[in-house]
Amino acid sequence: MIHMNKQMAQYIQGNLTEIISNWQEKMKNEKDERAFQVMPVELMNQTSHEFAELMISNLLESHQAYESRVNDFAEKVVRLGWSITFVTKAINHFAEIVYEGMVREEIINEGNIKPFVDEFSNWISPIRDSTIQAYSKTWERTVSLQKIALQELSASLIPVFEKVSVMPLVGTIDTERAKLIMENLLEGVVKHRAEVVLLDITGVPVVDTMVAHHIIQAADAVRLVGAKCMLVGIRPEIAQTIVTLGINLNDFTTTSTLQRGVEQALAWTNRKIVEVED
Amino acid sequence: MSDQSSVEILTEWDIVAARQLGRNVAKELGFGTVDQARITTAISELARNIYLYAGKGRIEIQQLTENGIKGILIIAADSGPGIPDIRKVMEDGFTTSGGLGAGLPGVKRLMDDFKIETILGEGTDIRATKWLR
Repeated sequence: MIHMNKQMAQYIQGNLTEIISNWQEKMKNEKDERAFQVMPVELMNQTSHEFAELMISNLLESHQAYESRVNDFAEKVVRLGWSITFVTKAINHFAEIVYEGMVREEIINEGNIKPFVDEFSNWISPIRDSTIQAYSKTWERTVSLQKIALQELSASLIPVFEKVSVMPLVGTIDTERAKLIMENLLEGVVKHRAEVVLLDITGVPVVDTMVAHHIIQAADAVRLVGAKCMLVGIRPEIAQTIVTLGINLNDFTTTSTLQRGVEQALAWTNRKIVEVED
Repeated sequence: MSDQSSVEILTEWDIVAARQLGRNVAKELGFGTVDQARITTAISELARNIYLYAGKGRIEIQQLTENGIKGILIIAADSGPGIPDIRKVMEDGFTTSGGLGAGLPGVKRLMDDFKIETILGEGTDIRATKWLR
């Protein structure tokens, strides 16, 4: 029993070229997978060999060596754009080919088929598990990096004139962002000594009751720290939706464009823009 | 289109996905920008209700044709706690979440037809239609 994994590794190593070419053939026939078909031959062969080595490594090497190998490999296939379903299929096909080959050569026969099947599943499941794990790790990292990138993009208060600041909002406002908007707004008002703040919603695709609620709350809070809040960039279709929803924005000064908002804000602070005559 | 006509609502971001789906279908059917905004806002409200009150559910978008008139049907279905008093939730300003309380009555006004069925402890099924004029 103990030698089974060695036998499997031996068989794979002995027939590597044939296994890989069979496996590549099978993978090419997989539907919906352009990644494999458009790969340059050289890269495909190299990746296939790495994949095969990975499969053998789990049979022979220590757990640690295998672990670092599987992580490297997962990162690589993620970069190549292989989907996780594709990789799982790759693992299954590989095991199938090896199994069929070993049956053909009668290394696996009626007498030892049961323990061999067990051995196969012991071989395959950890590979599958660790690939999925490595995949989701890479994934989670990407998502959290993007989240940070998104946060950096969202909701900064820009001082445009003395006492007048603008916060352009772009994209969907969820609960987390609404909090961020509120914090940055209040912090910015105090820091820039703003008397008027313009919230520009030109880039907000949908204003539903929740978004409106957050905007109203933010405006109330701005009032509490002694500044005025104006809602600008209300597109015609958004104006109609707000009215139909029955959202009351009567306490707000609102304008259709940022430009008009700035003019209004300057008027409130007793200033205006004039053309210079030579 | 038919294979992508529903979105599971589990997280806040699924609301965005449902909205996007609705907007695409509405655009395809030929709705103008104002109606597109109405439809996406309605979907947003319904999806958010699922997220807030039922935890999970589904938004389904269907294309309709009746007497030669095209329309879009939004189905919001969940197996949540149900709504104890429908008349109350359809009142403007009624809220249990501290929101504006404009959600469901708002959706009714945004759309042309609005049907709500709810059974306590079993879930809620809301169907809202907008016809293309």
